[in-house]
Amino acid sequence: MKLHTISINNLKRRKAKMAFLTIGLMVGIATIVTLVTLTRSMSSDIERKMDEFGANILVTPQSNGLSMNYGGISLGGVTFDQREIREEDLVKIKTITNHKNISAISPKVLGGVKINDHDVLLVGVNFESELKMKQWWKIFGNEPTSGHDLLLGSDAAKVLNVSPGDNLTIKGEFFKVAGVLDQTGSQDDSLVFAGLATAQKLLGKEGKISMAEVAALCSGCPIGDMVTQIAEKIPDAKVSAIQQVVEGRLKTLDQFKRFSYAIAAVVVFIGSLIVFVTMMGSVNERTTEIGVFRAIGFRKSHIMRIILLEAALVSLLAGFLGYAVGMGGAKLALPFMAESKNAHLIWDSTVAFGSIGLALTLGLLASLYPALHASKMDPTEALRAL
Amino acid sequence: MALIEIKNVKKQYTSGDDVVEALRGVDISIETGDFITIMGQSGSGKSTLLSVLGGMNHPTSGDVEMAGVKLYQLPGEKRADFRAQNLGFVFQSFNLISYLTAIENVMLPLAIVKMSTPAKRTAARSALERVGLGAKLDRLPNQLSGGEQERVAIARAIVNNPDILLADEPTGNLDSKTSEEVMALFRELNDAGQTVVMVTHNPENGAYSDRTIHLKDGMVMSGQA
Repeated sequence: MKLHTISINNLKRRKAKMAFLTIGLMVGIATIVTLVTLTRSMSSDIERKMDEFGANILVTPQSNGLSMNYGGISLGGVTFDQREIREEDLVKIKTITNHKNISAISPKVLGGVKINDHDVLLVGVNFESELKMKQWWKIFGNEPTSGHDLLLGSDAAKVLNVSPGDNLTIKGEFFKVAGVLDQTGSQDDSLVFAGLATAQKLLGKEGKISMAEVAALCSGCPIGDMVTQIAEKIPDAKVSAIQQVVEGRLKTLDQFKRFSYAIAAVVVFIGSLIVFVTMMGSVNERTTEIGVFRAIGFRKSHIMRIILLEAALVSLLAGFLGYAVGMGGAKLALPFMAESKNAHLIWDSTVAFGSIGLALTLGLLASLYPALHASKMDPTEALRAL
Repeated sequence: MALIEIKNVKKQYTSGDDVVEALRGVDISIETGDFITIMGQSGSGKSTLLSVLGGMNHPTSGDVEMAGVKLYQLPGEKRADFRAQNLGFVFQSFNLISYLTAIENVMLPLAIVKMSTPAKRTAARSALERVGLGAKLDRLPNQLSGGEQERVAIARAIVNNPDILLADEPTGNLDSKTSEEVMALFRELNDAGQTVVMVTHNPENGAYSDRTIHLKDGMVMSGQA
């Protein structure tokens, strides 16, 4: 018989009380785990979708000129000393510290060509990464597969009077129009897209690229850091974050997170109140028992240890169960909450240990006053209640 | 020197503007091996006297000396230690812990003593055997009769071999036959050398003791040593 035997036997043999206390705290913890996990899973889902939706970092050659372009209307530019980026430099982007946050890199080479007597801006792209980044593109016809396939913007197709399956000649070489883009309302409408290598060859810019768009994952959003890291790796390039995109994404996620955490805080508060009220009730119910403990020579610290140990055991159990039930709840709720079908649950040991630690802290904090109250009970008063 | 010396102990309770004098200058001396019963009508101050003797109720004035220690000059927690080492309590309503078995209830005072668990178990078993309950060690209180619960309470009070056994109306909730058995048990313990101080309102219980102290309105009327 030790002090902990008293706590353990009390919990073991007063199952209803223990169950009530455990369930009270468990509901609080489970709700928090569900909310936190759902928030994180949904954030990651939203983040992934947003990151796939266009670039948020632009890598362009250093230039001393200013572009005279606004809203797709170009008035020409006063540029001089135009440089280009070497294609092999792009590999360096993948060596930055935050390389794991890079979702896609889309290099582009730009140059003017004449097609059917029309001046056209030819854009060489890596179709795989370009299509991944521009998911809003709707293609009539097929996606380009070979080096001699072209993809035309809607206006370019109209001006050149071609449809998917037609042929075009550029600098004496034959190309097939694999697909035509539905109108996007952007500068893409007037462009002709070709494979990167093909375009480089046609424009005489082998091994060079005009710019690269980088889609970076917003998790932790070290976009500013990533911009610096890329700039260090490619000193010849100008690296800039598309602030509008970055800030927009951050704000959306931040708002969502704040909402979830506010709900979680309310639930934690209610859970703590349940533990406090139950522990206080339990202490009052045990007035006589505590009087007996004091009468037979238990110190105040002994009484506190008994009550706090009970609280710790119940809280640990509530923490484990709360985590399990919370994750179960999140798993059930995620398909209804997340938009994309392939949203997956995030299993994080921080949440597991955090929920158990939180349960323990809450249980102990909520029981501290009842334990102090019990230890200060006057044994004569307690025994007078006999 | 007496085992217990109570000198001019007064205890007042304040309730609003009223001051109730529960003890008005009590002097009692108890020797080692005595069996004392304290009798008196309800409100005579006998339970207050027992709680003062038990180190749980600070007197308004006067001294309580036990085994050479001035009880109320000890700080609160030291007094708790003194109770654990020197006193055994038997309460009127048994006050067994409902979720502990008979042997666990008896081991309760040993929970704060540095001793191996098997040694605690042996001491508790032997205390239960002394009160005739060696066969019901693992029963919970609600599986025992009133008399058996009282015996467990007595075993719990003697398990740490206290100098003094204090009992508050130990037969108050028992039928006459069981009361006689319990009183015989107290007598038996006293015959073995245990000092017993018992508060009772039953005059028949006085017959088992060596001396009866009568209290009235907080004062000793007779039996003072």
